[in-house]
Amino acid sequence: MEEEKTWALVSELGGEFGYLEELSDILKQHFHLVSHRDLLRNPALYGPKIQVLLIWKYFPAAEPSLLRLLPSLKVVASGGVGIDHLDVPFINSLGVKVANTPGVVSNASADLAMGLLLASARKVLEGHQIAVDPKTINLPQSLMGVEVTGSTVGIVGMGEIGYKIAQRSKGFEMKILYHNRTRRCVADERAVGASYCRSLEELLRRSDFVVIAVRLTPATAGLIGHTELSLMKPTATLVNISRGQVVVQDALVEALQSGGIRAAALDVTHPEPLPRDHPLLSLPNVLITPHIGINTYDTARAIVQRMVANAVAAVKGRPVPNEVKLQGRSPC
Amino acid sequence: MEDNKPWALISEVGGQGYIEEVMDILKQHFHIICHKDFLQNSAVQGPKIQAMLMWNTFPAAEPSLLRLLPSLKVVSNGGVGIDHLDLPYISSLGVKVTNTPDVVSDATADIAMGLLLASARRIVEGHQLAVDPNMTYLSQSLMGVEVTGSTMGIIGMGRIGCKIAQRGKGFDMRILYHNRTRRSVEDERAVGASYREKVDDLLKESDFVMLAVNLTPETTALISHRELSLMKPTATLVNISRGPVVDQDALVKALRSGTIRAAALDVTHPEPLPRDHPLLSLSNVLITPHVGTNTYTTTRKMVQKMVDNALAALNGQSIPNEVKPK
Repeated sequence: MEEEKTWALVSELGGEFGYLEELSDILKQHFHLVSHRDLLRNPALYGPKIQVLLIWKYFPAAEPSLLRLLPSLKVVASGGVGIDHLDVPFINSLGVKVANTPGVVSNASADLAMGLLLASARKVLEGHQIAVDPKTINLPQSLMGVEVTGSTVGIVGMGEIGYKIAQRSKGFEMKILYHNRTRRCVADERAVGASYCRSLEELLRRSDFVVIAVRLTPATAGLIGHTELSLMKPTATLVNISRGQVVVQDALVEALQSGGIRAAALDVTHPEPLPRDHPLLSLPNVLITPHIGINTYDTARAIVQRMVANAVAAVKGRPVPNEVKLQGRSPC
Repeated sequence: MEDNKPWALISEVGGQGYIEEVMDILKQHFHIICHKDFLQNSAVQGPKIQAMLMWNTFPAAEPSLLRLLPSLKVVSNGGVGIDHLDLPYISSLGVKVTNTPDVVSDATADIAMGLLLASARRIVEGHQLAVDPNMTYLSQSLMGVEVTGSTMGIIGMGRIGCKIAQRGKGFDMRILYHNRTRRSVEDERAVGASYREKVDDLLKESDFVMLAVNLTPETTALISHRELSLMKPTATLVNISRGPVVDQDALVKALRSGTIRAAALDVTHPEPLPRDHPLLSLSNVLITPHVGTNTYTTTRKMVQKMVDNALAALNGQSIPNEVKPK
């Protein structure tokens, strides 16, 4: 029965870079899996059999050096919605389709954005550290955060994830501003009480919480730099769940050290992880999580199932549900 | 500088007392005496003090203090919880008691959601990994539980409980609630909440159990071995009410054995916990040091309300937030 299954390349089977066991079980139902290490040990044996490349959290990297070992490759099925790590035109030029997993990532990503916003605003990390510190004798009366209810959240990038962040913010009676390449329809805006800011500058000036939810593209790389940070309120918090490169990290460090902004909460950095001596790691007003935006059992499972569906469709020559086509791509 | 302002007793500025940033509100209306100074001058100052402005349960309204305050008219508490006050006793002295409901509700509901999300998505653990000097790659194994679409069971659907429900709704959570009395259909519909007459049913069905009750004799140890064993092994307990609502030994056992997934607590008993308490070393526990109302905005509103309540009592006017013994 093994021989009839399609062969698929993954980074690692189990272990820290690999899939959780229950997720690899889903993959094994549909594919005969080869690890990157095993491929490199015997490329002549495995290479020509592999029709599917499954990418999880950037690995294996779909670079020319790998792709040239895979003459039968039909599809690169990436887990997650971001595709900034893929040279789609190059991969397509090899006759290989690219697919991602939009939709299924949105709830978990929006939830984490709100979790980071609240944890930063109310100093949950610092609070926990004090609460468990062996030296704590009395509870501090001075561990003060900033108000979330009724504050203004500015969402930069109002795609599917940005919109869900707006929905969640509405429950906290937050005033919602957004900036996007294109304006959303009135019905969408009204449903969450969001106001469009034609200029990013206006959003930055008015917001207490700036949440970055854009895709990483040439247009959004370095979107938030010195100028943008200086426009923000000194009491404002930056939350980034998009990609590290959207923020100019040196500028962020400076703004945090000087009190240009109050705090930052980042699920993404550049690189990931940051070098161990990076200043962001030691600033007291920074909360960093290790890119866990989709890290729930349910969402990870849904992503893997979507990867499988995309890959199987490509191998069978059927339309790929989430094929990434760069021309005329619809806004999310 | 003598003035005509009424005299009020407080614990202290800084330390376990008021933050400096709210003292302008107090001093605008009262001549403020700090407890430490008072104890050295009680014979002279005692008869002048008409109000006690209580913050963080201090100064304690005990007989040894109250007998030094023959002119006391009101104990004005900062915060909505008054379980630390012997209401019948204080009232028997002819002294009124006030608290500060409503102004605390938003900030408390916010911290409830903050704790829920931080626990569900393992944010504190994530940060500790992210800044660990020994971390060289992103671990794939820091997995949390889904919040969107999950079931939140709110025990205690008062002002704070309702606001928590409202926030949960924004995450498409299914909201269950248990309360002494059922809320109106409009209230339920507004947040999509379903009543569970039996708390056991709520415990069995919930992914997140949220405690938002007052502390009373009825709610003391409300959550103990039996209740925890009814919860799902994947469920999270969030407590923003009072420490004694939860049997802490039972909680430790449930967390150690995997009877429940995790707990997130803004309140414990005592506060802070002894430094060798098992709750402090469990990896599936998140504890914050009673920061439910800890924003400058909310703290100022609380202090303003304390002042308004106290002044009304002193002036014989209708008191906005008087708490009367049953």
